[in-house]
Amino acid sequence: MIELKNLKKRFGENGSWITNDVNLKIPDGKMTCIIGKSGEGKSVLLKQIIGLIKPTSGQVIIDGVDISILNDTELKQVFKKVGYVFQFAALLDSLTVFENVGLPLLEKGMTREEVEPIVREKLSLVNLSPEETMEKYPSELSGGMKKRVGLARTLITNPKIVLYDEPTTGLDPITVRIIHELMKSTQDKLGLTSVVISHDPEIFQYADQVALLNDRTIQYVGDAKTIWESDNPYVHQFIRGETKGPIQSEIVKDQ
Amino acid sequence: MQLNVFKVIGAETVGLFNTLGSFSLFFLNMIKTFFSSRLKLHKTFVQMKMIGVDSLSIVVLTGASSGAVLALQSYFGFKRFGAEGFIGPVVALSLVRELGPVLTGLMVTGRAGSAIAAELGTMKITEQLDALKTLDIDANQFLIIPRVLAGVIILPFLSLFCAMFGIIGGYLVAVHTLHINGQQYIDGIQTYLEYSDITGGLIKASVFGLILTWVSCYKGYQTSGGAKGVGMSTTEAVVVSSILILITDYFLTALLFN
Repeated sequence: MIELKNLKKRFGENGSWITNDVNLKIPDGKMTCIIGKSGEGKSVLLKQIIGLIKPTSGQVIIDGVDISILNDTELKQVFKKVGYVFQFAALLDSLTVFENVGLPLLEKGMTREEVEPIVREKLSLVNLSPEETMEKYPSELSGGMKKRVGLARTLITNPKIVLYDEPTTGLDPITVRIIHELMKSTQDKLGLTSVVISHDPEIFQYADQVALLNDRTIQYVGDAKTIWESDNPYVHQFIRGETKGPIQSEIVKDQ
Repeated sequence: MQLNVFKVIGAETVGLFNTLGSFSLFFLNMIKTFFSSRLKLHKTFVQMKMIGVDSLSIVVLTGASSGAVLALQSYFGFKRFGAEGFIGPVVALSLVRELGPVLTGLMVTGRAGSAIAAELGTMKITEQLDALKTLDIDANQFLIIPRVLAGVIILPFLSLFCAMFGIIGGYLVAVHTLHINGQQYIDGIQTYLEYSDITGGLIKASVFGLILTWVSCYKGYQTSGGAKGVGMSTTEAVVVSSILILITDYFLTALLFN
């Protein structure tokens, strides 16, 4: 279980609040999707969950441990159980797909021969052909393939929790569906807890819980399967993409 | 108005000490990692090639042209005193003790230091450094130590090449253009160049290697704000490294050759 309690974040002493009093419970073994308009602080929230960004105040409790107060050495234990799939995959340009995916194991001192079968297994798990991709560099891969390699790299350390930062941004609708199905099947196969940041309403088919972040706090938490029937005005406006309603986008404000 | 001036000075001073503090902490973390973790030998060799071998041509060219110019300038000056015979030792001493290490440091800063800052800066803004952290990989051990160690090891070799080709360049000008006796040029160097001149120059080069890689890694690591940020980090890495090399050179000269 991940629990966010009164989470607040701002950069600098006089900066404006990015997130303010965020409270959210993320159940084990389920997929929770966090939605919200651009610039609302969703990625900052996700980075606070894994400890990449320290909250200004509040708690991030993972399996009973408040990770917001851990130092860098103690955070290593968190990284062993929580994986992070970056928005643009964040693959290391100078390394091949094999080296990228196997990096955590190679850096622990395992040999290439020991790592190769594990990399093959993880690449197959994300529907990539090991033979065709292992020796390629990230610059030779399509956007969808990069995201899948990023997921394979995250899965190599067998995390219990996977955080996805906008995993389908910039992809065509077919690839979006492939990635969503992959996330769901990976979660079911490995019994993961997933937290997904997304703008794509299609994710509701695959998620269990949806949380809407608006005006720096969580405005709504509910069942993903029934979200289209929700009478919450924020949710109603956001998932239908309506310009009129309680959510004010910067573009609408300018007009 | 007066209050505003004090406010600006105060903010700038705090900012300067913040930067110095973070720069020093970066160095301390680097040292701590160096002594507490396994050395990445393969990565260090790759960086030695990138920083050293790939810079060899510009360093050799810089050394040769500096040696040639030095011989020419020395000739015009020394001719007034009838001391043309000292061109060899002057060229050699200048290059081995001073110009070799400094020119090598500055040229490698421009070529490899900027590349290090740009590479790490790009990794920072594309979240590759964050990715390493979430994979429980120590970026200091993985990225910083191999680069710094490569700089410390390879700069003395480059400096040696710079000085050697400078002496050759000086010889060619002295003998073929200025018609100085070649044997006199070589004998002068053998008489006046001491072992401590060479070791002093090598120590200097090694320190400059440390400075340029440390500053470049730090600047790359501190990058923020997209492509413009990478450009700024790269420029700052070159400017700060160059200034630090020139300032340190004075103190090292006073310390090593006193």
